[in-house]
Amino acid sequence: MTARRGRTAAGRRRRAAATRSGQYLALLGYLIFLLVPFLWLVSTAFKPPRELGSIDPGWIPHDPTLANFRAAFAEQPLLRSAANSLLAAAGAAVLSVVVATPMAYVLARFRTRAARAATGWVVVSQAFPLVLVIIPLFLLLKAVGLVDSLGGLTLVYLVWSLPFALWMLTGYVRAVPVELEEAAAVDGAGRVRTLVSVTAPLLVPGIVATGLFAFITAWNEFFFALVLLKSPEKQTMPVVLTHFLGAEGVADLGPLAAAALLATVPGLVLFAVIQRRITGGMLAGAVKH
Amino acid sequence: MSLGTAPRRSARRSGGAGPRRDHGVWFLVLPALIPILVLSVGPLLYGVSLAFTDAQSGRTEPTRWVGLLNFGDLLRDTLFWESFRIGLVWAVGVTVPQFFLALGLALLLNEKLRLRWLARALAIVPWAMPEVVVGIMWRLVYHPDAGVLNDTLRTFGLGDGRDWLSGLATALPAVIVVGVWAGLPQTTVPLLAGLQNVPRELHEAAAMDGAGAWRRFRTVTWPALRPVALAITALNFIWNFNSFALVFVLTDGGPGGRTRLPMLFAYEEAFRYGQFGYAAAMGLAMVTVIAVLLAVYLAGRLRTEEDA
Repeated sequence: MTARRGRTAAGRRRRAAATRSGQYLALLGYLIFLLVPFLWLVSTAFKPPRELGSIDPGWIPHDPTLANFRAAFAEQPLLRSAANSLLAAAGAAVLSVVVATPMAYVLARFRTRAARAATGWVVVSQAFPLVLVIIPLFLLLKAVGLVDSLGGLTLVYLVWSLPFALWMLTGYVRAVPVELEEAAAVDGAGRVRTLVSVTAPLLVPGIVATGLFAFITAWNEFFFALVLLKSPEKQTMPVVLTHFLGAEGVADLGPLAAAALLATVPGLVLFAVIQRRITGGMLAGAVKH
Repeated sequence: MSLGTAPRRSARRSGGAGPRRDHGVWFLVLPALIPILVLSVGPLLYGVSLAFTDAQSGRTEPTRWVGLLNFGDLLRDTLFWESFRIGLVWAVGVTVPQFFLALGLALLLNEKLRLRWLARALAIVPWAMPEVVVGIMWRLVYHPDAGVLNDTLRTFGLGDGRDWLSGLATALPAVIVVGVWAGLPQTTVPLLAGLQNVPRELHEAAAMDGAGAWRRFRTVTWPALRPVALAITALNFIWNFNSFALVFVLTDGGPGGRTRLPMLFAYEEAFRYGQFGYAAAMGLAMVTVIAVLLAVYLAGRLRTEEDA
């Protein structure tokens, strides 16, 4: 009996070890699929034209060069487009957490019909194709002189980032114990006082993460910027990147890769910062049914 | 979504007098409500109404109501329906593999593997990238000469490769692969969050009862994960069907319209040809068909849930 149990235990251990190796192999497969395109972009960005034109391009450039980056800045107004993107994205991020935090507070603490209707709408509006939104938005912004303006684009990004901001922030508010606020109320603090001096400080990390996420979303956005911004000096970075592709799709690969890589850096850095919080926030939102 | 629920007792206890409380709540809600009304609800209703007009870009005559004329034209527009078909192939072709790959990845990332934190961080890299960059990056991967795909094929002696994005047969599958890649992290993270809610004790109890990995997945993990899986596949389907930037950069709908998703079609109609009314009708047709498909899908899923 004991001998038999010993055998099965050894067998189980062997099987567990085989499963583990299989898991590592599968994970490696996933990482290759996910990372190879990105690493190729990096490699292309540092290759001199001669290597880019060769029929046998290697992974590591033989003569790594920064010429592609210089060429990218010379070919298109990258710096100005980055500044435009920064302005629209930062504006949208700040506005979005400023207006979303109070509403998220209400959503988390009260059953207000207006607030719930707004949330329902935010969810439903996700299902509508952007073409149904962009035509009226275009006409509307044109009527008030906000077409081809970064201000107009910022407003659009604000509304566009609200669904996720509300979802995340509601989760963060729920994580703050109601008892803290009740204690403050007992001490005679008013609603606004309680919100400002008790709840808000505890929400700061969540608010920062939400704002950074809104920033990344707006920084990466393409469709609205493509339609709403016409003057070259106002265009954002994703729109300017498409100019590298050329009219016939014949692209100068080196500068194209260099510019694309630069446009990715802010998103990657910020995502590294908030990665845990995003996952955590989604988790919080998902748990509290 | 689970946003509307709140502890009732807090609503009753805090605040005191009724009218003052409502006043305060409005004060908190309005800053978000006004932009939503002005820039989301309003435009959408306006957009729906445009579908019944002959609105055009830059026209001097006033816009007129034309009833269902746009929809009559749309029914006869074979190019649009071809684009619609491509959109459905794309949306299903992306959403289904995306879900299964994401589920596999989430299960792996939920295991206690070494360097799990690194794998988790690396696995969400595509999420942080602009769609335009993803498109550019994959154009470099698929590039006939300087691309890594053909280079690898040549290295392994699998022929000379081809121009993936320009080939009539390969263009749509090639962009579908990119779609799967781009949405993998967004799908994996909620599934991983869902997995972490599965009670450990249940798993251990099932293991004690001698249930194998597959049985444990079927009886313990999947029931807990199903609501998340349902929500994320439905959302992914909507997002993918309405996708624009990726394919705009990869192929701009080519070759010969083989990858012209409905959004690309409607964009051209609206902003290249200025047919606002007709493009709005397209948008309305898209959202109607999507709503019907989703209703059928969700109803079917919920029914199997009752049977189970």
